[in-house]
Amino acid sequence: MANKRIDEATGTQTVGHEWDGIEELDTPMPRWWLWTFYITIVFAVGYVIAYPAVPMFHKGTEGVLGWSSRGQLAHEMDEHQAALKPMLAAIGAVPVEKLPDNTALMRAAVTGGRAAFKVNCVQCHGAGAAGSKGYPNLNDDDWLWGGDLKAIEYTITHGARQPGDAQTHQSQMPAFGTGILTSAQIDQVASHVLSLSGKARDNAAGAQLFAQNCAVCHGAAGTGNRTVGAPNLADAIWLYGGTRDDIAAQVTNPRHGAMPAWGGRLDPVTIKMLAAYVHSLGGGEDFVEVAPAAKTDAAP
Amino acid sequence: MKFTEQHKKLERNVTLLAVFAFIAVAIGGAVEIAPLFWIDNTIEKVQGMRPYTPLEQAGRDIYVREGCYVCHSQMIRPFRDETERYGHYSLAAESMYDHPFQWGSKRTGPDLARVGGRYSDAWHVQHLRDPRSVVPESVMPTYKFLAETDLDLTDGSAKLQALRDVGVPYSKKDIAQAVLDMKAQADPMADAADLMKRYPKAQQRDFDGNPSRLTEMDALVAYLQVLGTLVDVNAAAAQEDLAKETGR
Repeated sequence: MANKRIDEATGTQTVGHEWDGIEELDTPMPRWWLWTFYITIVFAVGYVIAYPAVPMFHKGTEGVLGWSSRGQLAHEMDEHQAALKPMLAAIGAVPVEKLPDNTALMRAAVTGGRAAFKVNCVQCHGAGAAGSKGYPNLNDDDWLWGGDLKAIEYTITHGARQPGDAQTHQSQMPAFGTGILTSAQIDQVASHVLSLSGKARDNAAGAQLFAQNCAVCHGAAGTGNRTVGAPNLADAIWLYGGTRDDIAAQVTNPRHGAMPAWGGRLDPVTIKMLAAYVHSLGGGEDFVEVAPAAKTDAAP
Repeated sequence: MKFTEQHKKLERNVTLLAVFAFIAVAIGGAVEIAPLFWIDNTIEKVQGMRPYTPLEQAGRDIYVREGCYVCHSQMIRPFRDETERYGHYSLAAESMYDHPFQWGSKRTGPDLARVGGRYSDAWHVQHLRDPRSVVPESVMPTYKFLAETDLDLTDGSAKLQALRDVGVPYSKKDIAQAVLDMKAQADPMADAADLMKRYPKAQQRDFDGNPSRLTEMDALVAYLQVLGTLVDVNAAAAQEDLAKETGR
């Protein structure tokens, strides 16, 4: 420290070390830097007072502003929902089958449903809702469990073959390849199924086997039955492929699609909007009120 | 002696510097870490959390083995964009039996904290076999071999014992029964009343669509299907408790 001196060239003091004639200047910090440093210290004191910071015995200090990340989230959600709330409440108040009566409401529901579809449904049904092998196309008018607004809402709420949901759509096609039909018979049935949509010639043996084994669910003409989710086989729309091999494989050992129940995951208004969106894709059917009284009158 | 002069002593004596640096870091560590062991809201009290069933735990081990955490987080942060996409933000209690937790921070794929019940088992199997067959824009690798690899049952009990040693409350029976529980959960025909009693909300079925074998796919899908399903975060009581919590 004895060698501290003022450097002549710069006028700055040296630190006092000397190595073979090389010395080091003790240049002070730039003023602006030093002041920024002091300001951050003052800022930190204010921050600790204003925001949650210091851990105590049971919880941390809460800060005089009362800020919390969860509180901020709730605030942001409220702010975002404020503009939507009247519309969401209006959609919530109307039964889903009555939505089309109010054009503005229906349009809003379809828009909201499109957004929810992109988040929750595209992974299976595809971005354009065109589905893929094993996942139904929602653009066409071929519905497994019904295509009116109410049926679609029910399917979204309870899903299909969803474990743990008592009201989910349930049905199971027997595996005809495990001792019920021989592979030759399955081939005949597959031919008959293809003939329903004009893809093969009629064969009497296949038709008879179909009438005995398949017609109970798929109908005599193969047009399906929505109460048991039996697909329409006469419309040339195929869930698991429409080649003879695909059909034979499905008869031999059927695959059964499952769809999650969204009832506990999404709120009822979102489900309603999703139903409106899916209904609007092109294949939506009109809701027909089945009046129980009228039904018994009509019966002979 | 001036303070700066004393400090020079510290700078020139490496042992002294190490001792004082350790003291400085220890003070910082104590202030930041120690309170987490006593403040109440480190882990909020929630209803419904239970340790993983042996099959789910085996699936979790496969999840870690395959490095799923490299692209998938399991931590829904309290932001609007995340809660609108994935569901309610994650609670600390939901990963209290995870050793180590799978919160992650690299989010190439979607967050999986609440993926349970979101897709069907068949979707998971198809997606793990060939992700692009269901999500064309996916960059996820294929995990076809999981469906063709039998689940290793040799150290089922030992794994549970190891977790018990670090604080997961498995009972002696849970540990003894581990392998039987694994088989029972993946077999829809097995009697699982006892399993359900010890592990509420456990899902019992053949997860991989191949009832003849117990594969790694069974375990992984069972694990994915339980994620985020145990705590009903939207239940009124849970919401009230969370609303009262400030200072975080």
